Amino acid sequence: MSPAELMAATDDTVDAAIRVRGLRTQFGVQVIHDGLDLTVRRGEVLGVVGGSGTGKSVLMRTIIGLQRPASGDIELLGERITASAGTPATRRLQGRFGMMFQDGALFSSQTVAQNIQAPMRERGGIPGDLMDELARLKVQMVGLPPEAGAKYPSELSGGMRKRASLARALALDPQVVFLDEPTAGLDPIGAAAFDELIRDLQASLNLTVVMVTHDLDSLATICDRIAVLIDKKIIVDTLEALTRHPHPWIQDYFHGPRARAAFTPGRTEE
Amino acid sequence: MASDTSRFLSVRDDQGTLRVSVADAWTLDAAIALNDEMRALAARGASSVSLDGSGLTALDSAGAWVLGRTLRALSERGAAVQIDGLRDDYRALLEKTEIGGLDIPFSIPRRPALVGLLERTGTSAVSTFHTGVDLLGFLGLTLVTLGRILTGRARLRWIALLRQVEAVGFDALPIVGLLCFLVGVVLAYMGALQLQRFGASILTVNLVGVSVLREIGVLLTAIIVAGRSGSAFTAQIGTMKVNQEVDAMETLGLSPVDVLVIPRLVALFIALPLLVFFGDMLGLIGGAVISVLYLDLSFGQFLVQLKDAVDFWDFGTGMIKAPVFAYVIALVSCHQGLQVSGSAESVGTRTTASVVQSIFLVIVLDAVFAIFFAELGI
Repeated sequence: MSPAELMAATDDTVDAAIRVRGLRTQFGVQVIHDGLDLTVRRGEVLGVVGGSGTGKSVLMRTIIGLQRPASGDIELLGERITASAGTPATRRLQGRFGMMFQDGALFSSQTVAQNIQAPMRERGGIPGDLMDELARLKVQMVGLPPEAGAKYPSELSGGMRKRASLARALALDPQVVFLDEPTAGLDPIGAAAFDELIRDLQASLNLTVVMVTHDLDSLATICDRIAVLIDKKIIVDTLEALTRHPHPWIQDYFHGPRARAAFTPGRTEE
Repeated sequence: MASDTSRFLSVRDDQGTLRVSVADAWTLDAAIALNDEMRALAARGASSVSLDGSGLTALDSAGAWVLGRTLRALSERGAAVQIDGLRDDYRALLEKTEIGGLDIPFSIPRRPALVGLLERTGTSAVSTFHTGVDLLGFLGLTLVTLGRILTGRARLRWIALLRQVEAVGFDALPIVGLLCFLVGVVLAYMGALQLQRFGASILTVNLVGVSVLREIGVLLTAIIVAGRSGSAFTAQIGTMKVNQEVDAMETLGLSPVDVLVIPRLVALFIALPLLVFFGDMLGLIGGAVISVLYLDLSFGQFLVQLKDAVDFWDFGTGMIKAPVFAYVIALVSCHQGLQVSGSAESVGTRTTASVVQSIFLVIVLDAVFAIFFAELGI
């Protein structure tokens, strides 16, 4: 689907990777989301932003079934999500989505290669030689040197851990990838390289990417649309349209001094 | 794999030119099914290869890898490779699968079992030695710090100390009491059964009195505390180390030994003798209960016999050992806690090592004490 077609389609007609309807999540009496609707289109990069405590990570965890919503419907790749591992739906989804956690969440007792192969072993049926080759391929695809495969996560730098974690998320060629603050803690050069990597992989593997980020550069350069979590709901639009949105928080967000620097036209054109 | 692969692949030999057409979805499933077949194809070789990719409906990185691997292998064997009808995005993905460094070991090489065994034996011997040396250094460090506290040049953290006394002492009373009571019961019961045969069942009281006061009370309590509080010390300090809290402390000018080790060490030094005393009493009560129930002694007779059977030094030798054991347990567990590095796994390994080492040292020291007291004749 071309970008123009993507923009023209409405939420109900579009080929959706994720469809969330009337989501309500709460911790005790504290309501995080209330009546939240979200449609993520196949093949787009969606950036999720919002102030601290607005439930960006919670939304992601709920979509992939790590957390049970109080009410609402979630459909991921056509499967209804219920928050319990091992149900038929979650098994059918196994390998069709990947998640990269904020600090990598690599298994510390395994090497990078073993980490990447963990989902493959779990899937079963992949010959050992092919599994090794695929792990090498993923290591190269995320821009790690081949030597990294035999290293333990504690021997890697923060940026390398993120790449390794992305490689693990991509191990089974998922259709949807969730990224939790992929560029947080990286230097600007590393962050730009990571953005490029995500865009690149998205294009060549035709991924749908949902990323929580506070990196205004990432929003400007790689996100097709941006979802703003605000007042327990979500507003999704293109960056251009959001900059004209009247809500004061959105105005602050997209017109603050940092945002102006990141969104200055011409800067994003490389 | 025996599955039918004809829908993915057809190969035709056209006068030295290998005409390969690929079709359907080349995803991970196809890659698994085609893995062996494509390897065989790569080994076959040809003067030229023509690939028709027009029938391909999907391609993921696993499929692209198997296809790319084969084409590269054929081209290395001298075949001219021509690709037709492949969508641009598939072609781009195919090119991405060209990876370098295939000769770089990707996993840690596994050694032959015997070499591995010898290596592990050597490594553990050397590391045991180093741990021993380190532990002596750490003993010195704590003694110097305690010296500075006693001479008023460093401050004892009273609140932390009291909290630790509560955690390692008061909170351990139920479990120590219960276990010592039960062991007292078992000792008396077994003793009574055996001694009855010689008509000397009254000596059960001597057996329980001497063994509980000299050995069982202190040993059992020390082992419980090593498992309960020693492991907690290691895990607490180790987790703080993983979270860089220990580093933060040092940058604030706080010494981890002052803040973390000394309160725990002093707390255990105070609490363990008290726990041992409590355990001794419960052990004797356990013995008394069995004596009353099975030996038809009254509680008063039990006490009279006990007074004859044990002297002060039976009690004293037990109690002297308690602070020494406390110091060893706290020393080993805090030392192991500070040795934690990096990962969550390290916390687990160090906690195990801490409990094993402290129990080992407690029992070794107990044996040394036994010889020492025997030589002194007390």
